[in-house]
Amino acid sequence: MWREFTYWLLQYKRTWRGSIVISVANPLLFLLGIGAGLGHLVDRHAPAQIAGVSYLAFFAPGMLAAAAMQTGFIESAGRVAMAAGFDGSYRAATTTPLTPAQIMAGHLLFIAFRLATSAAAFVVVMLAFRVTHGWWTLGALAGALLTGLAFGAPAAAWAVGLRQTRHINSVFRFVIMPMYLFSGTFFAVAELPGWLRPVAYALPLYHGAALCRTLSLGTATLAGTAVHAGILLALAVAGIAAARVAYRRRLQP
Amino acid sequence: MTAPATASRTLAMVERNFMLYRRSVTPLLSAMVEPVLYLAAIGVGVGLLVGDVPGVHVRYAAWVAPAILATTAMNTAFNQTSFGVFTRIRADRTYEAIIPTPLSIVDIAYGEVVSAVVNAVLTSIGFVVVMAVTGLVTSAGVLLAVPASVLVGFAFAAGGLAATTFLRDFADFQYVQLVMLPMYLFATTFYPLWTYPAALRPLVEILPLYQSIQLVREPALGHLGWSVLVPVAYLLAFGTLAMRIATRRMARLMLT
Repeated sequence: MWREFTYWLLQYKRTWRGSIVISVANPLLFLLGIGAGLGHLVDRHAPAQIAGVSYLAFFAPGMLAAAAMQTGFIESAGRVAMAAGFDGSYRAATTTPLTPAQIMAGHLLFIAFRLATSAAAFVVVMLAFRVTHGWWTLGALAGALLTGLAFGAPAAAWAVGLRQTRHINSVFRFVIMPMYLFSGTFFAVAELPGWLRPVAYALPLYHGAALCRTLSLGTATLAGTAVHAGILLALAVAGIAAARVAYRRRLQP
Repeated sequence: MTAPATASRTLAMVERNFMLYRRSVTPLLSAMVEPVLYLAAIGVGVGLLVGDVPGVHVRYAAWVAPAILATTAMNTAFNQTSFGVFTRIRADRTYEAIIPTPLSIVDIAYGEVVSAVVNAVLTSIGFVVVMAVTGLVTSAGVLLAVPASVLVGFAFAAGGLAATTFLRDFADFQYVQLVMLPMYLFATTFYPLWTYPAALRPLVEILPLYQSIQLVREPALGHLGWSVLVPVAYLLAFGTLAMRIATRRMARLMLT
């Protein structure tokens, strides 16, 4: 497992500079552009309409969860499908004593590492904007990591058996993007028309955004946090269990 | 020196690109999905929190829609000549197969830009229809978005092509993102210019996307005047300059 993890770490050493810039610049730009810029219009029109805080403080934790979802999905699905492909690195790994389950665990560990580092960068930006504070921040960070894994692990289970990588783009466009926009990241789910609300509550990202938001604003309740975290954890665990089977199927000769 | 492009050879390249589309129109349709979702989430969803845009007196969604149209034209054209062209150079090696034919590298460059412009116009027409169906049209001037998207498409197709000639690897696209994302967020797509401090406004105004949005939004909201010539001239100059850079560098890179 560690060998597979260090393989991806070694790969990452080649491109980390660009990705660090991206993982700091992305949240910074979104918080400035949408949070502060658009928030200016929102706060002017309806001050403290959402959860009694500024739009920026409302939007930032939602975006933290959404960014974790995107990182989790892209890092996982894209790279797993490539690595499992005909000349991917999994092929080389299967000829070593590594078992498919170890390859899977090592790769997921690397995805968790990427999720943790980019979420940490995001949280640092949030602290700089003073939209979160204290120990609650660490809770939001953990919430983001959990959100990312709730998407990353099932995505790995799905992508390892994939023969054509273009399906990943379609899923990103038609599943991840809509979820990103309508899970209470940009506006509260309570604003949606009544018949759409149950759909939104069923979305995993809704729970990720709610988890990160309540933790970041310090309004979390024990029951609420347990429900949100429980659903995400169940998804991550189910994803890992499915990935174990899928990896064995694809990689066992 | 390479021979200048000719219309018939350029069209051969365009035809090649559209033959691929005949097999499936999903790339164009899915290019429409994202902006429509953004329109719903930010225009309508966040729009409920914003109400009317101060100083313009239209609903927020109606104010954002023309800007999303402009960014869609930009993205459609830009993606085709950046990611699309780079894939055809590096992964598919399409141009290596084309170079032995009578087409020169300049024909390829013009062909890619023309097909990117056609795609930008098609998505713009689609988006105008979406705006009409959802009741976000405030003036008949919105129809000018279609010719405007020719210019927007040209500027960004040429810009994307020029940028592509500087890329070494697929990983370099993250630097492209580092330019495109802030431009998308700050070019008055989602909030007006006056929200910026006066000192920052010129920085926003020189962005090509800001000019594109002006070209689409002002007529769409019913403000049609001579001032529309400013973005027209800007985008023409930008596209022409980028095209010169792109063709020169492509000729050198392909050693023709």
